[in-house]
Amino acid sequence: MNVFLQILIAVAVMAAIAFIVGLLLAVAAKKFAVEKNERVEQIEQLLPGANCGGCGYAGCSAYASAVAEKGEAPNRCAAGGPSVSAAIAAVLGVESETETKMRAQVMCSGARGLAARKYKYTGLEDCYSVAKLGNGPLECSFGCIGLGSCVKACPFGAMKIERGVAVVEYEKCKACGICVSTCPRHIIKLVPYDSDIWVGCSDKNKGAATRGYCKVGCIGCGLCAKVCNSGAITIEDNRAVIDYTKCVGCGACVEKCPRKIIWSGKDQVLFGDTVQNMMSAKKAAQSVSEKQPPQKPAETPTAEVPERAAVVSAPEKRETDRLSEDEET
Amino acid sequence: MLNLIAISISAILIENFVLVKFLGICPFLGVSKKTETATGMGFAVIFTMTVASALTWLVQTFILEKLHLEYLQTIAFIFVIAALVQFIEMFLQKKIPALYSSLGIYLPLITTNCTVLGVAILNVSRGYNFLETVVYGFSAGVGFLLAIVLLAIIRERMEYADIPAPFRGIPIVLIAAGLLSISFMGFQGLNLPF
Repeated sequence: MNVFLQILIAVAVMAAIAFIVGLLLAVAAKKFAVEKNERVEQIEQLLPGANCGGCGYAGCSAYASAVAEKGEAPNRCAAGGPSVSAAIAAVLGVESETETKMRAQVMCSGARGLAARKYKYTGLEDCYSVAKLGNGPLECSFGCIGLGSCVKACPFGAMKIERGVAVVEYEKCKACGICVSTCPRHIIKLVPYDSDIWVGCSDKNKGAATRGYCKVGCIGCGLCAKVCNSGAITIEDNRAVIDYTKCVGCGACVEKCPRKIIWSGKDQVLFGDTVQNMMSAKKAAQSVSEKQPPQKPAETPTAEVPERAAVVSAPEKRETDRLSEDEET
Repeated sequence: MLNLIAISISAILIENFVLVKFLGICPFLGVSKKTETATGMGFAVIFTMTVASALTWLVQTFILEKLHLEYLQTIAFIFVIAALVQFIEMFLQKKIPALYSSLGIYLPLITTNCTVLGVAILNVSRGYNFLETVVYGFSAGVGFLLAIVLLAIIRERMEYADIPAPFRGIPIVLIAAGLLSISFMGFQGLNLPF
């Protein structure tokens, strides 16, 4: 009997504590209720919730309250894209301006073995630190350093380093623009998502200088500008620049470019293989030219690689790998 | 007075809750990525621990001991602490929004954190009086703040280090935390002069 009494007391005490605590919390919830703007919650629901900061606010909820209470524009969320801004605009009851979907693009193809290096770097794995050491390890002061500051900064994991150059995985890219502002070289740009064509060089130096230190640098020859029917390509600061509002994606420039640095393709990740192909072709061309004098010297660098999907045969691949290892360490 | 100082120093250094007693490892590793958030978490823990120590001491002394229900200690404490944290969260949100926005997101994380429960139970088992309890709870929180901020600073440094591939991420953090813990073990030899 005594045992039952004890159990009863224990249950009663716990129940009493629970009841009092519950009552207190219920009263507190009423008393300390904070009126939240309904729109803020609605908008926050619509946002992706990645808290990438691409809109310029501390996170999605900060942006949501700015939209609802301070009249911020509904189309600042790059990660959500046009569908989200339309939905937010619907909540607010205003018209949204349609925007084209964008993606980031690293405007450099100077992979290991293609762009000359001034020195070998070991130290902090950070582009900013290296950029301060004699303007970076590359001869080219506009080339990708490849230590991945953008990779670390990307909130969506859409970037990686491929053979010493940062590349964007387009499908993951939300065009938040954080990599654009992170890159100490300022060579990452936002381009329309649907556009395939991009110039893989940002070098502003004269063609002769570029040719001296980079096998994939734009020499500003202007052949692409001439061949472009829609007038989308201009030569600015000794390099080709595409105006994406005019570009129709015909690909004439891709074919024409003597340096093969106007790229086309949905995924820049392919670029690593492409570079390997180019290097092996170059090796092959060199070994040929050593045996017999070149007949057309102007064509030798990339003459044999118009087909970018060419399969690399095993021995050639090993050779290029060895080359890249030399460069790496 | 000297007694209180001794309790405080011992809780912060000699028996640091995280690095010597190994309580609260989860937030210690989880929220120590940035110094800023680690500091926020640390202050939230100080706050909760102090208030929870006081409240659980009252519950223990005036309810459980009077009714000879000491064996309900754990469940009653969890109960009280969880409700308390909820209450504090509501209160802060309404009355001190600035403090809420800096501590707010960490408060639910601490609800039934083992450091908070640990300090409550230790207070009882050591037979501290009310003042000693509050001082011990506060100092244990300060010890947590110290530990988590130190680890956060180390982790921020390691961001830029060239770490061997197998150790990247959590492994190197665990090693760093272990070394930190070993160095704190050194305080075991500290003889307080009072």
